[in-house]
Amino acid sequence: MKISSFPIVNACMKAASLCLLVVFLLVGALVGKSPAAYDYINISDPFQKKIPIAVPVPASLSTDQETARIAVEAAEILGRSLDFTGYFTMIDKRAFLDAPGKQGITGSEINFKNWRDIGSELLVTGGVRLEGRVLQMEFRLFDPFRQELLFGKRYTGEVSDLRKMVLRFCDEMIQRLTGDFGVFNTKIVFVSETDKNKALYVCDFDGGNLRKLTDGNQIVLSPSWSPDGRRLAYTSYKNDKPDIYIRTVNTGDEKLLADYEGLNITPAWMPPDGSRIAATLSFEGDEEIYLLTDSGKVDKRLTRSWGVDVSPAFSPDGKKMAFVSGRAGSPQIYVMDLATGRASRLTFEGRYNTQPDWSPKGDRIAYSGMSDGSSDIFVINADGSGLRRLTMDSGRNESPGWSPDGNMIVFTSNRKGAADIYVMTSSGADQRRIVDMAGNQSLPDWSPVMKP
Amino acid sequence: MKKSMSFGLLLVMMVGLMFFVSCAKKAPESDEFPMDAATEEQAETEMERQRRIAEEEIEEYRTKQELETEAMKEEEKAAFLDTKVYFAFDNSSLSAEARETLLKQAQWLKENTDRTVIVEGHCDNRGTEEYNLALGSRRAQSVKDFLVNSGVETSRIVTISYGEERPSVRENNEDAWAKNRRAEFRLR
Repeated sequence: MKISSFPIVNACMKAASLCLLVVFLLVGALVGKSPAAYDYINISDPFQKKIPIAVPVPASLSTDQETARIAVEAAEILGRSLDFTGYFTMIDKRAFLDAPGKQGITGSEINFKNWRDIGSELLVTGGVRLEGRVLQMEFRLFDPFRQELLFGKRYTGEVSDLRKMVLRFCDEMIQRLTGDFGVFNTKIVFVSETDKNKALYVCDFDGGNLRKLTDGNQIVLSPSWSPDGRRLAYTSYKNDKPDIYIRTVNTGDEKLLADYEGLNITPAWMPPDGSRIAATLSFEGDEEIYLLTDSGKVDKRLTRSWGVDVSPAFSPDGKKMAFVSGRAGSPQIYVMDLATGRASRLTFEGRYNTQPDWSPKGDRIAYSGMSDGSSDIFVINADGSGLRRLTMDSGRNESPGWSPDGNMIVFTSNRKGAADIYVMTSSGADQRRIVDMAGNQSLPDWSPVMKP
Repeated sequence: MKKSMSFGLLLVMMVGLMFFVSCAKKAPESDEFPMDAATEEQAETEMERQRRIAEEEIEEYRTKQELETEAMKEEEKAAFLDTKVYFAFDNSSLSAEARETLLKQAQWLKENTDRTVIVEGHCDNRGTEEYNLALGSRRAQSVKDFLVNSGVETSRIVTISYGEERPSVRENNEDAWAKNRRAEFRLR
């Protein structure tokens, strides 16, 4: 599969015929250079106000039935995906004043008043053309109030690439609005129970494309994405004890990283390049966090306190590490400055705070805190201020993991009985289950943005 | 004359006695040790048989003793493997009861020096998976430390943590949690 794409600027229609020849390399250079002129989405509090957006069915630019079907499907994927971000209020199609597919594509064809009248602050128009099996789609993002084109792009690929092409537009559109790439080309890995044992599963950001990664004949725990999104580190009992393995996701190749005596658990790749992996080992008789080389040799011991030290989570610059320690008598989250080795306690509320995950922007740490046998997700600033509780009165909520854009959090909740995979915005809004499967799911980790 | 008569009587008595003695000497010989070879062999066989029976009885007794000892050992082994040590929530320290139990475990290990034991640390399902893995490790380590201090060679004790992955009771109540916070023993 190769999707080629080309940015659309106001008078750039003739680019269409070139599209098949344009290699994707161009895109990185061209997208993102346009200055984010308008603050449509408030970066510091993106969910303060949802933006009403209209996503009408794209116009069919070829006349066959198949094109019309694809146009409807594209609108559906587009609407569902944009809705997923939590940034937008999707305007009900029944409120649209223009007939489906007849709203026009370019600025000169659009009756902006018809969109302003229904409160649409943003509008996505599109066109679909099918030539043989070659699918060409173009999307444009307008501000109906300013009557302005904010962003436009044309994509060419095969019919089977429909979802990928739409998600590529979503990503680039979100980047145009927020300055950050969206989560549409990301994956979530998690553990699911199969009878008595466990297996690793991976799915798209929205729970789609669910795939089983390991055979499910032993305990597997704590999967963690490498910074390049190609590999996973995790603990498996395949050799009858908890050892750390690294798996290349696409090939399924698995290699042993660490099988020291005792525990080999909670691996975390050290940013920015992941050439070191932090993990908890117990071969010296105490559960301590060590830094391992990519061949599993101990590079450095990071913690030195009697009792449990577990669950390392690095700041995005790799200069600090959050972790869980029982040194004060109950599990609490600490932050270590890796240059000095000095650790300071981050959490003081509650008697059981574990599972830290550092936000991709570096400002906040999410964790799960337990009281009265029930767990909830909390977010705290990296300096210990601004503690916020994101879940409440909804069963056990654990294992928070940030999306790579820092705007969403994946977590587990047993609010419907068994533990399932959920996502919410980083402010705790729009909590929803994304995977519907039997048994208990646990320990999700959200991938970095995959290179296309 | 009287004197010679009595001498004669004495002589006769002596001769008679001699005869008697010689007769008495001969009679048992002919009764118990028959002189012909066939009878002698028969007697030997009989003696051999009796010796064998005695030996078998001793062997049987010995076997029975051994079986009883073995059964006792099996019982002790089963009791050793059946023993669990329980812990308080989020705690890996040994209670007085746990220490008492572990003294018996140590005794068994000292009597069975050819055995290597695996101490499994387990947790209830409250708390989070990763921390519980570490806590299970601490629990197993507490047990190992106690056994080593009680005289068991450290090289004969291996620890493994299962965290909350292998509950003995799959329920969610105080009773089940208490039963799941445990250390178990397994032979290598």
